[in-house]
Amino acid sequence: MRKKIEIVGLTVLMLWTILSAAQLTQNPGQGYKPPRTVDGHPDLNGTYDLATITPLVRQFTTQRALTDEQAAKAEAMIMKERKDGDAPLSPDRPAPPKGNGDQDIPARYRIASGNVGGYNSFWIDPGWKINVVNGEKRSSIIVDPPDGHLPKMTPEGMQRLASLGFLPRSDTRESNDPGLDRTPGAYDDPERRPPAERCLLGFGSTSGPPALPVLYDNLHQIVQTPQSIMILTEMVHDVRTVRMNAQHLPKNIRLWLGDSVGHWEGDTLVVDTTNFSNKTRFYGSSENLHVVERFTRTGPKTLLYQFTIEDPATWATPWSGEYTWPATDSHIYEYACHEGNYAMTDILKGARERERTTAKTENNK
Amino acid sequence: MTAKILVSCLVLVAATMVFAGQTPKQRSPRPHRNHPDLNGIWEAMNEADYDLEAHTARPAMAVRPGPYGPVPAAPVLALGAVGAVPPSLGVVEGGEIPYKPEALAQKKKNQENWLTGDPEIRCYLPGVPRATYIAQPFRIFQNNTQIFFAYQFAGAVRNIYLKDPGPAPVDSWMGQSVGHWEGNTLVVDVTGMNDQTWFDRAGDFHSDALHVVERYTLKNRDIISYEATIEDPNVFTRPWKISMPLYRRQEKNAQLLDFKCVEFVEELMYGKYRKKPLD
Repeated sequence: MRKKIEIVGLTVLMLWTILSAAQLTQNPGQGYKPPRTVDGHPDLNGTYDLATITPLVRQFTTQRALTDEQAAKAEAMIMKERKDGDAPLSPDRPAPPKGNGDQDIPARYRIASGNVGGYNSFWIDPGWKINVVNGEKRSSIIVDPPDGHLPKMTPEGMQRLASLGFLPRSDTRESNDPGLDRTPGAYDDPERRPPAERCLLGFGSTSGPPALPVLYDNLHQIVQTPQSIMILTEMVHDVRTVRMNAQHLPKNIRLWLGDSVGHWEGDTLVVDTTNFSNKTRFYGSSENLHVVERFTRTGPKTLLYQFTIEDPATWATPWSGEYTWPATDSHIYEYACHEGNYAMTDILKGARERERTTAKTENNK
Repeated sequence: MTAKILVSCLVLVAATMVFAGQTPKQRSPRPHRNHPDLNGIWEAMNEADYDLEAHTARPAMAVRPGPYGPVPAAPVLALGAVGAVPPSLGVVEGGEIPYKPEALAQKKKNQENWLTGDPEIRCYLPGVPRATYIAQPFRIFQNNTQIFFAYQFAGAVRNIYLKDPGPAPVDSWMGQSVGHWEGNTLVVDVTGMNDQTWFDRAGDFHSDALHVVERYTLKNRDIISYEATIEDPNVFTRPWKISMPLYRRQEKNAQLLDFKCVEFVEELMYGKYRKKPLD
């Protein structure tokens, strides 16, 4: 009898290990008794800093878990970059080369400078910690597929992406702009610029859903009431109202951040989002993108954020990610983007000026 | 016995309905043990965003002289009656805003240049108190530890600090709001505002010395009495006050939707820089 229990136990343990390797962490808050709100649900209120150096897609390793040594090495590298970046520049420093070759900016962040030179470490805040879920140091946010990569895109998805050309996407990173020479038409109209440049959304899917860590301004605030739960994204002061135990809006009402309804599954807040605008293209998704998020308090200062993406017109299988949101005492300041968006005028004027110059040169030939 | 229980239940249900002004089914736990519940979607229903002061109806926000008096200016002519200014007895206590003489001249100049000057036209964050009466709904989220205002117009937001974080580190469009309760009234002290916002479409304005104290008093389940005392020694001779009711939106399906007006003003702001400007 005892042996039988052991065998069953072992099988369950093995199954659990196999399953958990391929899926979201199950029963994440287990063992932790979260503080509760007046209506008896776990208290998710607070401000969270989503910054982490764990990337969405796994890099440099095949394993979901990093060893302590690997994690320490990655964190040390980031700390060194920050330290180097904070060091004063030599007053005799020559002008940096044209394009993004500025050696004073860590290579990983030169991309943020686009074609014009750009942010050094003063301006960015991508975190310096490997994300830890359930005690495991994570190599990627994606946990399903188990290899930490996005599933293969469907032919329909590929075709859509190709036909979209360079039309803006909500996951567009901060100015990962291939430049004037390689993107015909990209500077013809304001509508051709990414939503972040237009100040319509933050970049890199910071608002989501799913909400992902980005180069800076990673704060999010949750204000929880029995009827609705408010999730604020620092960029661009985007508010998502999760209506509890409610029906989705009619299909013809499309929103930039989609329409979110929520319910509690035990101590986990489950948020279901549909009705995305077709201007929100998350990694090439269709407007039938369906995102399910799960919020679970896992400790006095931590919230586990899990999400599953479903969009059969884009990916043959759903895919999932998870990472921990640490609470912070930081205050969120106003991200008034459009109000100071002189760049949009300058970008378009610059392109027109370049066209005039090019036309002149060709006329003179 | 059963009948007695039933009667007691009915009395209890009726009492709950009278007390809460809603069906027991809709009733949800009070978010705060000691304070009124301001949660919900609210909206002013008045002409304050046109002009805080008392005014008769006008042909348009932007006018030009006509042979027999002002007529709509060319850029707004096509709007016809839709572009006219509805009349109001005003929301300013005492009737007039106490401008300093040079500031009054600036206000008149603003009004004349409304089309190019009003930040609302460009979808800029509306500031306080204008966000309250900008003729779109806003939502209050309130619980034991946090109060947060989300406005539909331009997706503006305000976190109402319940613990004073000290002076605002930098001026901003919506300012820094610190709230506390005085009896049943939520009092919000707003500082740290820049000088870029206006109070209305009539050119009423302020400097970066603006200090606003708002009072939100729940009169019944569906009405908040709203007052804002406005102080700015650079522009006004004394503090002055506006007051108005805010009404709870009654629609069963009421909610804030997207009004990301940035994309609606791109043609206005950047249209001339298109590769092929529209005719």
